[in-house]
Amino acid sequence: MNKLKNILSAAAVSLVLSAGVSGVAHASGSGTEPPKHEWSFYGLFGTFDRAALQRGYRVYKDVCAACHGMKYIAFRNLVDIGFTEAEAKALAEEFEVAGDPDEYGDPTTRSARLSDSFPAPFANPQAARAANGGALPPDLSLISKARDYGPDYVRGLMIGYKDAPADVDMAPGMNYNEYFAGHQIAMAEPLVDDLVEFGDGTEATVEQMAEDVATFLHWAAYPELERRHSLGFQVMIFLILLTGLFLIVKQRVWRKLDH
Amino acid sequence: MAGGPARQYNNRLIRWVEYRLPIFSAVEATIGRDMPTPKNLNYWWSLGSVLFLALVIQIATGIFLAMHYIPSGALAFDSVEQIMRNVNGGWLLRYVHSNGASLFFAAVYLHIFRGMYYGSYKAPRELLWLIGMTIFVLMTATAFMGYVLPWGQMSFWAATVITNLFSAIPLIGDGLTTWLWGGFAVDSPTLQRFYSLHYLLPFVIFGVSLMHVWALHVHGSSNPVGISARSKQDTIPYHPYYTSKYLSVVGISFIILAFLVFYEPNFLAHPDQFKPADPLQTPANIVPEWYFLPFYAILRSVPDKLGGVVLFGGSIAILFLVPWLDTSRVRSARFRPTYRYFFWIFVLNSILLGWVGSQPAEGAALLIGRLATVYYFAHFLIILPFVGWFERPRLLPESICKPVLKSGMPAAEAAE
Repeated sequence: MNKLKNILSAAAVSLVLSAGVSGVAHASGSGTEPPKHEWSFYGLFGTFDRAALQRGYRVYKDVCAACHGMKYIAFRNLVDIGFTEAEAKALAEEFEVAGDPDEYGDPTTRSARLSDSFPAPFANPQAARAANGGALPPDLSLISKARDYGPDYVRGLMIGYKDAPADVDMAPGMNYNEYFAGHQIAMAEPLVDDLVEFGDGTEATVEQMAEDVATFLHWAAYPELERRHSLGFQVMIFLILLTGLFLIVKQRVWRKLDH
Repeated sequence: MAGGPARQYNNRLIRWVEYRLPIFSAVEATIGRDMPTPKNLNYWWSLGSVLFLALVIQIATGIFLAMHYIPSGALAFDSVEQIMRNVNGGWLLRYVHSNGASLFFAAVYLHIFRGMYYGSYKAPRELLWLIGMTIFVLMTATAFMGYVLPWGQMSFWAATVITNLFSAIPLIGDGLTTWLWGGFAVDSPTLQRFYSLHYLLPFVIFGVSLMHVWALHVHGSSNPVGISARSKQDTIPYHPYYTSKYLSVVGISFIILAFLVFYEPNFLAHPDQFKPADPLQTPANIVPEWYFLPFYAILRSVPDKLGGVVLFGGSIAILFLVPWLDTSRVRSARFRPTYRYFFWIFVLNSILLGWVGSQPAEGAALLIGRLATVYYFAHFLIILPFVGWFERPRLLPESICKPVLKSGMPAAEAAE
């Protein structure tokens, strides 16, 4: 028993040493902390809610895609969030992308295919800035990884638009957002109630759309999440059993020595 | 390396090889035949084996990652996302590799702290300690260059901050920095050479670790009591006793690693790493990986750039001198009532430095960082030699097996 205590304390010290230091390193975001939300994909067995993912795609397509690209997601990936291949194909065809040059060498366009990535809404960053008052709308494929608080931040940003307090001096063209670092964001409030129409009849409140699009963007950043969780469970069970056996072997081998 | 008594092997294949290339007897001559090991080693002595395994994991995953990674400023970030999304099992390889680095450093720090607590560096194991420290320096270089490869914002700015340190060297600094960069700023040429070295250095580490093991087996492991094995009663064969003990620790380390990989793969990563490198936009607070934070705090505690670089280098260099700075002839802190407390203060001070390294260098954090930096050096330059001179160590047991036999269980528990 004593030995087990020793191992556990060793493991604990190791964890505290590494995690303690890094945990502090984490909480260094400069924005205001967004409200915590209960996500279906958190926890050891977390999975994505397929309906929420599909609604989230609808919000992205109808609202975000006007300014934000998602270059690491291809239309074929939409099959992973519960669309059939035919549906994904149809969704792809709603987008125009650059095609091969024609026989005279002139550029052409065609409708997107399953193998295409989500197209960027602007030809280049300069065009994107020119259309957005100087601000560059970031690609959203990794946004849930690239911000402190991840999906909570994305959801918070969507619902965080408020009238600026009287004592805040707003720069021209800026909008006040509770959860954006510095509170002044170039992006205008993107969501209003009933902005999109959900196929499953869910009421498109701002809250609902914010939650759904954050779910969709978290999937885009972690497409492997469900596989990771299920494989992780098997690996953990295996390792715990194996380590248990190692400890039993160790006790038996050493018992011979003590007597 | 060869030599030792000739030995008859039962296996015919081994005999055949041995006659033509005496490799088996050479290995036995190096690490010893049954590897007699002090019988009182506690779990902290298993970390060396964990470290060796961590190195193997890093090399194995790294080789496969290298098959898909593209070291170019324009494509590096995309190629990493390609690995994460479109390479079969790519996310697993990468998460094991990135979190494996953290496991590696967590284990190496515990390994070093263990050496400090039990005085493992004292004669005749000074060279063993120096070789170990060499591995540590190689590890930091490898990890730093590996962190640059994904070419995220933190990659780029970490590379900029650290390579810029060389420009503080008088006279040759600027030229040296340009030479290191392969240009006039951190760019594709820098990334490509970092990639090349990141692939090379682990194999150098592998070679130096073999020397570490070789040197270890000349005088054998030190032990928690700190007195050398005197009789056969003091030792037991490494196998099966320590292999079974070591496998348990490996199992626990793997559980911790697997938990991070599968459930919190980016717990130790910085969000800015998922923004592509942008030379025109400096992150609000440039921070290194957690395992460099204490040294980073020391670097930033000096307002002068050259001074910071000197202390930064000195904070690592001073570790090499520990066998000569510690004047006590008693190895184990278990019998050193004063040093024991200073050891734990040193550990806490190191963690404090780590916290400071994660904070912006201003206000209270900066002040605390400066005090902790002074203490860090004071520990080595003042406390180690003076405590050794003035401390009255407790009475040492006659032999390893005596405290073991007295209570019927290993000294690890008996002395606590």
